[in-house]
Amino acid sequence: MSLPRVHEIPIGGIITEPGSSRKNLTGGWRSLKPIIHDDRCIRCRICWTYCPEGTIKEIKGEFVVKGRKYQYKYEIDYNYCKGCGICAHECPTKAIEMVPEA
Amino acid sequence: MTAAAALQKAKTTLALTSNYAVAYAVKAADVDVVAVYPITPQTTIVEKIAEFVDDGELNADLIHVESEHSAMSAVVGAAAAGARVFTATSSQGLELMHEVLHIASGLRLPIVMAVPARALSAPISIHGDYSDVMNTRDTGWITYIASSAQEVYDTVIQAYKVAETALLPVMVSYDGFLMSHTTEPVELNDEEEVRRFLPRKDRPNVLRPEKPITMGAFAMPDWYYEIKYQVQEALMGSLKVVEEVDAEYGKIFGRSYGIVQTYRMEDADYAIIAYGGAAFGNAREAADIAREKGIKAGAIRLRVWRPFPTSHLLKQLAGVKAFAVVDRAIAFGSSGGGPVFLDVAAALWMNGIDIPGLSVIHGIGQRSMYVEDFVKIYEMLKSGERNKVIYMGLRL
Repeated sequence: MSLPRVHEIPIGGIITEPGSSRKNLTGGWRSLKPIIHDDRCIRCRICWTYCPEGTIKEIKGEFVVKGRKYQYKYEIDYNYCKGCGICAHECPTKAIEMVPEA
Repeated sequence: MTAAAALQKAKTTLALTSNYAVAYAVKAADVDVVAVYPITPQTTIVEKIAEFVDDGELNADLIHVESEHSAMSAVVGAAAAGARVFTATSSQGLELMHEVLHIASGLRLPIVMAVPARALSAPISIHGDYSDVMNTRDTGWITYIASSAQEVYDTVIQAYKVAETALLPVMVSYDGFLMSHTTEPVELNDEEEVRRFLPRKDRPNVLRPEKPITMGAFAMPDWYYEIKYQVQEALMGSLKVVEEVDAEYGKIFGRSYGIVQTYRMEDADYAIIAYGGAAFGNAREAADIAREKGIKAGAIRLRVWRPFPTSHLLKQLAGVKAFAVVDRAIAFGSSGGGPVFLDVAAALWMNGIDIPGLSVIHGIGQRSMYVEDFVKIYEMLKSGERNKVIYMGLRL
């Protein structure tokens, strides 16, 4: 996505349309990146609850992991994840690992 | 027209301090919101405005806040909602506002503020110099330095038009005490005429419930730079606005001041660049005395400090052999002593002009500046003293 030039931005950096923060990707300042190990995930939804930025996406579908069937799986939206590590800290099964950003 | 109305329409001249001149200008501009916290020597401006509000002469909300930081924050909020606003401060109060000054310019709000300039602590000084104003140099405000009560009155009115056209905050400063508390005759404009000069314009982006917008949002590194560049571009372009508004004001009200004012510069070999009432007054008197002694002396006053009037100043310095800048503030630890000297030196260097200059620091904490001191500066320039910092009036 190309960003607007100086004269295309409303003066004063005012935001005039709702929902436009989606264009402002906030993942750029991350130094550690959470990785979900799906085989250890028990679908408790605690990471989804705790993420301060709402970057954990709940994906519906049929998922078979180690012979068990699940209705959901969780993914991280790296466009907005700031790498704060709260999800990894809160995960009761240590299914989320923080790895250095490449 | 009744006799009373005719009398009101006639030109009125009152004896006013510069502070009261500000209050009369604010009343004429029909300001909506005034937020203020008292500090010497600013206090009497808002005391007078409070009187006007109390007497029903000005229909404004006067907000009593708990600090200057809040005063600036309140006018930022009111201006964001589309109101015409005013505040005033000095010295430490201006310092306390400092972080909000950046927000005012970053949000491009047309705020007008009066600053009778005063020295900064420590030690505590209630007296006048320009340390406070010069400290706001990089905040993105259009900054005037007026040199008479009449000019203060006219400039505050002009400032509203400039602010609302350029969409930038404007500071109108002048000598603390030497002007803020001394009385001069001031010719007041017909208020109806001032209101025609300052029509209410709808700004496109103000806070209103029907059309929500976000002001002061967060900007990632890929947005911030462009938005700050907008301020720089607007500020550089605002000199033209300042000039046009001054000319239009002159046509209607018969008084205009230009960007730089000059005295006997037509054939001058040696120039003193000064700002504010006392310094320019002294420079002019000294130029007369120096000329009697056979020194071709002239004086230049900066009326607009930000944006820096580079081309206007260079035009004046074109035929000069040497110049001095009298700064009433110290740019601590800098390469050139005084803040305005630094800009003048940069303006010359950036344009490939090599004229020697003296950086003179004087009038700090309202240390008395004598006409003889300024005559001495002309003599130093003539005798070939070059490129150094002189601390005048200091017991060394």
